[in-house]
Amino acid sequence: MTAPILIFGWGNPSRGDDALGPLFVERIEALNLPGVECLTDFQLQVEHALDLQDRQRILFVDASIEAVAPFSVSRLAPARDATFSTHAITPESVMQVYVDLHDDDPPPCDMLAIRGDQFELGAGLSAAAADHLEAALRWTKTWLTQQMPA
Amino acid sequence: MPFELETAPNPEKLKRVVIEPVSRVEGHGKVTILLDDDDKVQQVRLHIVEFRGFEQFIEGRPYWEVPVMVQRLCGICPVSHHLAAAKALDMMLGVTITPTAEKVRRLMHYGQMLQSHALHFFHLSSPDLLFGFGSDMAKRNIVGVIAAEPAIAKKGVFLRKYGQEVIRMTAGKRVHGTGAIPGGVNKSLSAEDRASLLKEAYQMIAWSRDAVHLIKGLFEQNLEQYNAFGRFSAHSMGLIRADGAMDLYHGGLRARRADGSTLFDHFDYSNYLDVVVEDVKSWSYMKFPFFRSMGNSDEGWYRVGPLARVNNCDFISTPLADKERKDFMEFDNGSATGSTLGYHWARMIEMLHSAEAIKDLLHDDDICGTELMATGKRQERGVGVIEAPRGTLIHDYSVDENDQVTHANLIVSTTHNNQAMNESIRVVAKQYLDGKEITEGLLNHIEVAIRCFDPCLSCATHALGQMPLEVTLVGADGTAIDRLTRNMHGVCSTD
Repeated sequence: MTAPILIFGWGNPSRGDDALGPLFVERIEALNLPGVECLTDFQLQVEHALDLQDRQRILFVDASIEAVAPFSVSRLAPARDATFSTHAITPESVMQVYVDLHDDDPPPCDMLAIRGDQFELGAGLSAAAADHLEAALRWTKTWLTQQMPA
Repeated sequence: MPFELETAPNPEKLKRVVIEPVSRVEGHGKVTILLDDDDKVQQVRLHIVEFRGFEQFIEGRPYWEVPVMVQRLCGICPVSHHLAAAKALDMMLGVTITPTAEKVRRLMHYGQMLQSHALHFFHLSSPDLLFGFGSDMAKRNIVGVIAAEPAIAKKGVFLRKYGQEVIRMTAGKRVHGTGAIPGGVNKSLSAEDRASLLKEAYQMIAWSRDAVHLIKGLFEQNLEQYNAFGRFSAHSMGLIRADGAMDLYHGGLRARRADGSTLFDHFDYSNYLDVVVEDVKSWSYMKFPFFRSMGNSDEGWYRVGPLARVNNCDFISTPLADKERKDFMEFDNGSATGSTLGYHWARMIEMLHSAEAIKDLLHDDDICGTELMATGKRQERGVGVIEAPRGTLIHDYSVDENDQVTHANLIVSTTHNNQAMNESIRVVAKQYLDGKEITEGLLNHIEVAIRCFDPCLSCATHALGQMPLEVTLVGADGTAIDRLTRNMHGVCSTD
């Protein structure tokens, strides 16, 4: 059975603070929470729209150089945005692909953007990003508890 | 001979148009076009503006970590790096891997090829092909395709998902998989996974065949434009099976001259440095490989990838793809075989071949076998070559007695195609931009040409210390005041 809550983090674990998404997912996964599935990838792509199916809620998690430290949270809406730039797309576009595939609204999706500052290949997580990660995890534990389906 | 439009004589006096970043390609590329007062094109260059020291990232690590670590070089083709590294380290261990290990790796590789080609055709290139190269920019993206052509776009999503599932089931995880390890694989396919993949295999073949027919139809409808667009003549290179069949996983190197004659054939890829040399140019971080026997990069450059592979092979081992190959070769007296847009057609033939090969492997009991690892006599060096979705990928490692990698050299597919991409955009600039007022739609023609190669620009960089760099100080009146140059050996000079 599909878990009602999906936590989806992305990034490259070997590119400094870009590891925030995968590390976040790793930490949540270690909690073994019932009803929560954790997925990770290098970047978002169209097929990830299929991962949204049969969920109650989704939390997208990524490192961000724009988020105010330690993190920001926002509610997402499907969008035919033109922000395609490489082989990756935005979470809003993933939601829009869901709409187009299923002719229905996707489940509610939130974006957790954790502040990161350095993204060099081979670099480890910066000290500041490590603090931001802890803060984001504290916030998410509360969020998960409050929002856990019955 | 020097390339026309590579370097203008007085660039400081010319108008500059910059396309940055080049969209729907991976990594950070920049195209600069210099125009004179009459808007005539004088110089066109595709630059790589991001520096990444892949080799340094690998050197110093224990060899057994490498097939996993190299997946992090690039989020687009991690499986190709994973398998090329594993092949190189098989050689270092003196191993011939077991039939089960080879078939599991091949299955993983065809899954990667299927999903990569599906992404490129359905989601990165179909907006250009379906709506036109100069169409409304707001529509010219994948969500525009889904809105206008939902059936086509949905096939793309499900083909890609299927390829990802093949990878997950063979590599163990969606990303950072550990399926291939030096000397073999750490798991074979479970009976349950085999049945699950087989259920959808025939649908994937049908959809892949539809995709071949879609691009063939576009060629028929736009024959003149598709044949002429960015057309140039080039040598080519790729792996080939011993019997001349297309082989995307293993074989010898075959190179053909632009006139179709053979330069070398079934060449042992562990000696690739005997036939391929990398040139450097001060204006790009990406190297310019060429055939050693031709003396220099001006004469010896070549193309790799789907177009080179389909043109170079004698046949394809799966029947539907081979029929489509024959149609491709015969179409309009062979005109598509030299067309830059022919990359798309060839890419879809390879996608069909991959779908058929996946089906065949799933019917082979070895895929669930238990002989996973082999042993051999350890060597100091190993070279692994694979035909990645974008072309020939070379991994070359030296390992010391402490099992640490002491030297690494990677030549990625996009680097092989560097000069070919530059050539294509110069032709397109001449064809579409020369003497015209530049619009976004016209500039997209340049990007369409680059996207034919499906480049992964973030992969295509130099090692630290080998990167030529030129810094020019320009005064307010546009004249160069000072210039500092560092050559590929790290030596700095001023002029």
